[in-house]
Formats: sequence, structure tokens, C-alpha cells
Amino acid sequence: MPKPHDMGGEPNDEPIDQSDHQKMDWEMRADALHQVLGQKGIRRTDEMRRAMESLDPDLYRSLSYYERWTAALELLMVEKGYLTSDEIDRKVTQLDQGAN
Amino acid sequence: MSEGHDGEHVHPESGEELSVYARRAQAIEALMVEKGVCSTSEVDQMMNMVESRSPSDGAKVVAHAWSDPEFKARLLADPRSALTEIGYSLPDTTPHLAVVENTEQVHHMVVCTLCSCYPRALLGRPPDWYKSFAYRSRAVVDPRGVMREFGLELADSVEVQVLDSTADLRYLVLPRRPAGTENLSEAELAKLVSRDCMIGVTDPHVPEGVAAS
Repeated sequence: MPKPHDMGGEPNDEPIDQSDHQKMDWEMRADALHQVLGQKGIRRTDEMRRAMESLDPDLYRSLSYYERWTAALELLMVEKGYLTSDEIDRKVTQLDQGAN
Repeated sequence: MSEGHDGEHVHPESGEELSVYARRAQAIEALMVEKGVCSTSEVDQMMNMVESRSPSDGAKVVAHAWSDPEFKARLLADPRSALTEIGYSLPDTTPHLAVVENTEQVHHMVVCTLCSCYPRALLGRPPDWYKSFAYRSRAVVDPRGVMREFGLELADSVEVQVLDSTADLRYLVLPRRPAGTENLSEAELAKLVSRDCMIGVTDPHVPEGVAAS
């Protein structure tokens, strides 16, 4: 049974939507953070792919592109011991409070 | 099947709340900075560099290859060192790059069925459609149908080769130089080379009046 990312040749009769959306700030920062961590050797593309491919199939299909990246980066950084999910939860709360 | 391509989970930058993942992305960056793994300015600089890359870089390379057959041969044989010659030094962490030439006999089209691998060093960030589930699924089974949607009707006699990118290997398509462009300068040629023809979903388009008859 192929995992959700492995979609080459899957039945799909949707036309290709050729419109491009304006990247949001957080998407551009997430993209840049990935590249920075890549240059430092902390995150390799094949590792990211493996993390992304391990996401729940329904989640994989429901997330936007950079949301998938973020979910995968969290998995990988927790796995490698850089961060814990609790820490991220707390930081999200802290940032939310700071923004209000 | 719902398609989670870019653009669905769009929230305004201010006023409304960012999505759960957007906030987690911000939290991850803040924590990495706090822990000294990277700095905010490194992320800023990288963002500027990513923004500065665009398909016009790839177009210059293609136009140079069209104008200089010896360079073209070197570009096809060893893209990294050929690019260095003309001032594009790819970072060491850049994955292997292959340049594939479209000819009268063979047309190449590039996809990343598994995700979104793309020659970002020469084309910038991939367009949303390249990352869409529709393109990833269809490119390998119906490339001619996909190309038709991009306005390219290939003759049956042309063989189509679809190249599936990987984390370690990216492809740039060297399109066919359009007929009637013999007298154009490199800068003029570069204007004919669109992002999409370097992915191989279409061919260079020559506006009326540009080509010599």
C-alpha cells in the first residue's frame, strides 16, 4: 500500500490550476528556516521527505504545502532532540499572548 | 478527493488569526533562535536570497547555451562547473543538477511525484501547480495531456520522457531554440525562455514580429 505522498500515476482527472498564490510572511520564513537548517546540516532533504511521508494520510492531504513542511520539521526536530512538542506548545501560547 | 495545494489555507497576515501550523512554524523559529541553533538575521538573509532567485537566472543560462554550442556541451556534461564559468556558483548543499536537452526527437518534462524537488538555485521557488496533487499524479501517466493544458501540442513522432526528481537530483530542461531567432542577442533570447519551458510543460513562445521569417 503506497503512502500518501506517493501519488505518481494515481487516478486524478483534475485540471492543473496554474494560478500562484502570494506567499505569506510565515511561509517565506518557514521556507528560509528550512534552508538555513539545511546549510547547517541539521536537516537534510531526504530526512524531511521521510518525516513528511510519515504523516497521517488524511492530515497529509488536508494540509497546505508549508503546513506539511512545518509538521514534518516539528517531527524531525523532536526526533533529533532539538525541541520538544511541549516546548513548542508553550512557545505558541507565549507568542499568542504577546500578540494580544 | 480534496486537494491541499497551496492557497487553500490562506489567512490574512493581520487582523485574523494565523493557522495552527503557521503559529507552530513561528514558535519553532523562535525556539531555534533562543537555543542558538540559528539567528533571526540568518533567516532574514536566507529569505532575501530565496526571493532574489527567479526563472530569469535559468533563462540566462539557456540563452547562453543556445548562443555558445561549446558552453552547451559543457552544461549538459557537467552543469555545476559550467555554471561556475558564468558566475553561478551553486552552494555545496545544493543537490546534484542535471540539464536535459529537448530535441526534435525527444521532449523532457520534469515532475516531483513525491513532493516538490526543483532546481531552486536557477528557477527560484517552484510554482504552486508544480506542487499540486493533480500535477504530481498526472504528469507521469498523461504528460501530453498536461502539456496540452499549458498550450503545447507535441507531434506524435516526438518521444516524451518524464523525469521524476529526487531529494538528491534535480533537473533543468534546456528547451529547443525556436526557429527564426538566429539574429537575436543573448538578452533577447533570454526573454523567450519562460519558467514553464524550463520545467518542460511547454516550449519557448516567440511573440509575433520577433522572429525573422
